[in-house]
Amino acid sequence: MVDRDELLTLYEQMAVIRRTEKAAHDLFLSGLVKGTTHLAAGHEAIAVGTSAALRPDDYVFATYRGHHHAMARGATPEECLAELMSRATGLCKAKGGSMHLTKADAFMLGSYAIVGAHLPMAVGAAWSARLRGTQQLAVAFFGDGATNIGAFHEALNLAAVWKLPVLFVCENNLYMEYTPIADVTAVARPAADRAPSYGIPGEVVDGNDVVAVRDAVAALARRARAGDGPALLEAETYRHFGHSRADPATYRPAEEVERWLKHDPLDLARGRLVELGVPEETVTAADERARDVVQKAVQAAKAAPPADPGEALTDVWADGGAAWRT
Amino acid sequence: MADVISYREAVAEGIAREMRRDPAVVCLGEDIGEAGGVFKTTAGLLKEFGPERVWDTPISEQAIVGAAMGAAMTGMRPVAEIMFSDFLACCWDYLANEIPKVRYMTGGQVTVPLVVRTANGGGLGFGAQHSQATENWALTVPGLKIAAPATPADVIGMMAAAIRSDDPVVFFEHKGLLASKGAPAPPGHVVELGRAAVVREGADVTLVALASMVPLALKAADVLAGEGIGVEVVDLRCLVPLDVSTVLASLDRTSRLVTVEENPYQGGWGATLVSVVADEGFALLDAPVRRVAGECVPLPFADVLEEQVIPTVDKVVAAVRSLAAY
Repeated sequence: MVDRDELLTLYEQMAVIRRTEKAAHDLFLSGLVKGTTHLAAGHEAIAVGTSAALRPDDYVFATYRGHHHAMARGATPEECLAELMSRATGLCKAKGGSMHLTKADAFMLGSYAIVGAHLPMAVGAAWSARLRGTQQLAVAFFGDGATNIGAFHEALNLAAVWKLPVLFVCENNLYMEYTPIADVTAVARPAADRAPSYGIPGEVVDGNDVVAVRDAVAALARRARAGDGPALLEAETYRHFGHSRADPATYRPAEEVERWLKHDPLDLARGRLVELGVPEETVTAADERARDVVQKAVQAAKAAPPADPGEALTDVWADGGAAWRT
Repeated sequence: MADVISYREAVAEGIAREMRRDPAVVCLGEDIGEAGGVFKTTAGLLKEFGPERVWDTPISEQAIVGAAMGAAMTGMRPVAEIMFSDFLACCWDYLANEIPKVRYMTGGQVTVPLVVRTANGGGLGFGAQHSQATENWALTVPGLKIAAPATPADVIGMMAAAIRSDDPVVFFEHKGLLASKGAPAPPGHVVELGRAAVVREGADVTLVALASMVPLALKAADVLAGEGIGVEVVDLRCLVPLDVSTVLASLDRTSRLVTVEENPYQGGWGATLVSVVADEGFALLDAPVRRVAGECVPLPFADVLEEQVIPTVDKVVAAVRSLAAY
């Protein structure tokens, strides 16, 4: 069960993320965001639902499609957009960019752009939590495409053998970049079907239903914190945009796109709020707050100073510098 | 304290000393526990520190180094073993893309204090996939510190510095030196990373060497002393930080330079060193520089073939002789 206030909060978080992603898209088209972006519009319920089930000090590791995870763990739209716009006020001083959003003081330990690489890192964070006796979890979000990478299997096996408190959360959006995951994968459920090989639970959840995600993660998190080891959750979802800015996603059948757009995580949450008796105008007010937050974030990021050129030669080493010789 | 200690024993002793002083130091790797390591370089650690600090892993190089990274990001000081340095290629993503970049690309938010130890180099007839000197692989990557001790005391002192370093260190233990013996290290012995050692003084030619090339250079110096040629031998100890100052100071005395590298000439560390010397120390030179290095072939199996392609005392003597006569 979910109460009205909590669901309204989750809805508003998703609305902020959706509007930030739309703003990132618009800023890219207007030339203010360079490089590329991998937008997560459509995936909001997974980040927000998972986060709702975690402790604030649980570790999170994400992928290059990680704006939503960073924001769900406390990064503000302004920090994220400033990073995308190469501003000095960006989350990573404009050294990371869209694919590397990180907010370490919120235990969001980074977004990694080599597919599957961060899964062993999450295992290590969970191992560390166990060694230090903190009861923290580590969560690795990843896409369906990562399930065919060696590091995925190495991470699952090690986590299972060592019975570590780590949750592997697959955002299955049906496409491995441009190719349907089903065309290149030996099993129907690219993540969940692999779980039995490692003797761990592998569950499937509607990744567009924020309450279902929250509940599934909460159950697996209880289990992991009790010392029963890792679990794998496959959350089914859909990208509203293509793989990246270069991809109009014309390879997707029109009826498939239409079907998934009708199953929008924001619409689902809004419908449930109304069912719970929340007045339409209350939901609309949440939407308006989200719109204001993101509008102000865009303005602030645009007004922020550009990245400081002096930062190019800092932060390689722990002393803050980059010197490799005497 | 024993009169002498072997290089092999020094590895375990160096790790043990740090594990005694810092509970955050933990070890992981293949066969490092009950087996004591395939080279017996972790012998005794499991017995002294127990299974919560010395962890046997599956053959999963990506999981070993990835988990070490995650643990290092969250409060531990892991020491990960990759059995043979050739196998670093199996987890190269972590060495090249993840560990050395995360501090920079997060704008300094995340620090990765870990050590990756590995048995490096040839001379034991292990064939092409277990004999490479791979320190140059790491040298191409900004963000990794690179240690390669030549003596048991340096193993202990540099291990202390590596484990205490807040930056990631790749620690190359040379297979050809494991049975060698030397003076023990006094309690609290620490050798700061990036400090080369002048291990033999001489007025005519500077020989700069690393790891197993150091005793080889010393043997060549003995031969050359019989011919009246005074050779100064510099043990570089580390490639990053690179102690250019000690090399330039030696050149100021000798005016002639030969580097002795086990790795292939192509892309070898000597090329970087001599390029800095050419840039900053040209006026100190009275002769061209010479590089004695491995041939650009995979290491062959038979001793007689291996000797053809890696540096030998005779090759070093010939190079120095030619310079002394220049």
